Amino acid sequence: MQEAIRIENVSVIYRPKGSRKLLRQYLQDRLTGRRDEGFYALHEVTLRVGRGEGLAVVGANGAGKSTLLAVLAGLLEPDEGAVQVDGRLSTLMELGSGFHPDLNGWENLRLYAAILGMARAEVKQRAEAIVDFAELHGYMEQPLRTFSSGMVLRLAFAVAVHADCDVLLIDEILAVGDAAFQKKCHRRLMELRDRGCTLVCVSHISAMLESLCGRGLWLHHGRAVMDASYQEVAAAYTSFMNGTDRHLWDALPAAPVRTAGA
Amino acid sequence: MARPGARQPAMRRSNLGFVVSELVLKDFKVRYRNMSLGVFWSLLNPLTMVALLTFVFTKIFRSQIPYYPLYVLCGLIPYNFFTLAWLTATTSVSENPALVKKVRMPTALLPLVSVLSNTIHLFIQLLLILALVAWYGIPVTWHYAWLPLIWGLELVFIYGLGLATSSLHVVVRDVRYVVESVNLVLFWLVPIFYSFAMVPPEFRSLYEFNPVAALVLATQNVILEHRSPRPVLVWKMTLVAGVFLLAGGWIFARLRKRFYRYL
Repeated sequence: MQEAIRIENVSVIYRPKGSRKLLRQYLQDRLTGRRDEGFYALHEVTLRVGRGEGLAVVGANGAGKSTLLAVLAGLLEPDEGAVQVDGRLSTLMELGSGFHPDLNGWENLRLYAAILGMARAEVKQRAEAIVDFAELHGYMEQPLRTFSSGMVLRLAFAVAVHADCDVLLIDEILAVGDAAFQKKCHRRLMELRDRGCTLVCVSHISAMLESLCGRGLWLHHGRAVMDASYQEVAAAYTSFMNGTDRHLWDALPAAPVRTAGA
Repeated sequence: MARPGARQPAMRRSNLGFVVSELVLKDFKVRYRNMSLGVFWSLLNPLTMVALLTFVFTKIFRSQIPYYPLYVLCGLIPYNFFTLAWLTATTSVSENPALVKKVRMPTALLPLVSVLSNTIHLFIQLLLILALVAWYGIPVTWHYAWLPLIWGLELVFIYGLGLATSSLHVVVRDVRYVVESVNLVLFWLVPIFYSFAMVPPEFRSLYEFNPVAALVLATQNVILEHRSPRPVLVWKMTLVAGVFLLAGGWIFARLRKRFYRYL
C-alpha cells in the first residue's frame, strides 16, 4: 500500500515554564543559563499510515493526541525525529478559525475557505454546494452573531469538507449539529476516504469512529502503546479506562521525564 | 535535532493573495460596519490634531511655515500610519492563536495583513491631503509620481519591522510596550510641527535615516515644494527598508518554530 504519512522516532518536549515571559524573567533565565525541566508530550513515536486509510487516535487527556496532530499538520516542529506527509493536507482541528460574528454567512464562508487554502475560483464554484451541505439557505445574508452555535458549526464543517485534500486531520469534532447532520458529516467523510483521502481522527470511542477508521493507535503518556485494528485497540482501551484490566495499568510506562539541561 | 521532513507547502503560492485580501477585507468591514459615522472616524483624529497644532503653532508660537494645516497633515498622516501599522503588526501573531495553532496558514502573512489593513485608512486620509491641496489651489505636478514609490518603500520597511516585533512579542510579552514608547519618542523626531530646516545641519544626514522622517520629508517635497525628493533620501529609504525586511524575515523565521508552544 502507498504511504501517505511516515513519522519516525518523533519526540516532542514541553517545558511548562518555557512559555511566554516578561523581559525580566527572560534575561534572568538567559544570564543564569537555566533551562526548564520538561516532559515528553510525544516520545519516540513511529507511525506509517497508508493512502486512503482511516486511523483513530485514542488516549486519556494529556496523552499527546493533539500534539501528534499538530506535528502531522506541520504546526509544531518535533524536537527529534522526522515527519513526512505526502499530498495536500487539510485540518479540521478547530471549526471556524477566523470566523467573525459581525460578518455575514457568505463573507465568513469565503474568509474561512481562504484561510484553509482554497483558491478564489474554487470557492466561487463550491459556494452553493457548501451552503447546500450546511442547510443554511436563506440565512447567509445575516451576520454570524445571529446564527445559533449549531448553525455556525455546520457552516464551518461544510466549508472544511469541501477543501481538496489527500490527508485530513480531525480533532474531536465529529459531533457537529443534530443527529441528522452528524450522519451527513459521517457520509461525507466516508466519501472522502473512499476517494483516497487519508483520515487521522482524534475522538472518543464511538460507532461513527469505528466505521471511519479501520485502524487504531493508543497513546499513553506520549508513547504509542498499541497500534492495531480499531476493534482491538478500542476494546483494550475501553477496558483499561474502566479499570477492569489491572495488569495493563502496571504494564504501561510512566511519563518519561526530561531533566534540566539534558 | 529534527530532520526536516518532506511536505507540501501549507498553501499554494497562487492562493496567498486570496487569503491576504480576504483578511484585509475582514478588518475593514468589521471596523466600519457598526459605526454610524463609518469612514468619517478615520478622519476625525487627524482633523482634531491639525486644528490643535495649527492653533498652537500659528497663534501662540507664530510659525512662518506656509499652508500650516497642510504642512501638519503631511507629517501627521505618515506618522499616524506608521505607529498604528507597526503596533497592530506587532500584536498580529499573538492575538490570533487560532490562525497560528489550528490551521496551516503561513503565519508571516499576519503582520502583512495588519500593515495592509492600515493602508486602506491611509488612502482615506490621503484624500484629506488632496482636498486641502485643492482648497489652497496648490498645483499638482508630475513629481506626484514619486509618491507610490516612497510610500511603497515605507510599507516594506514597516512589514520588516513588524515581522521582527510580532515574533519577538510572542516570546517576550513586553515588546508591545517598547513599541508604544518608541512611537511616543518618534513623534518628536519627525518634522510634523517644525520644519527640517530647523534641524541643526550636523544632525541632518543622520535624521534622514529615520524612514518615517524621510517619508514625511519626501511627501512635503512633492506636495508643498513641487520637487522630487533628493536621490540620497530615496537611497537611504531603500537601504533601510531592505535591511529591515531581511533582518525582520530572519528573526521571524528563527522564532516561528516556537509559536505553537508559546501561544
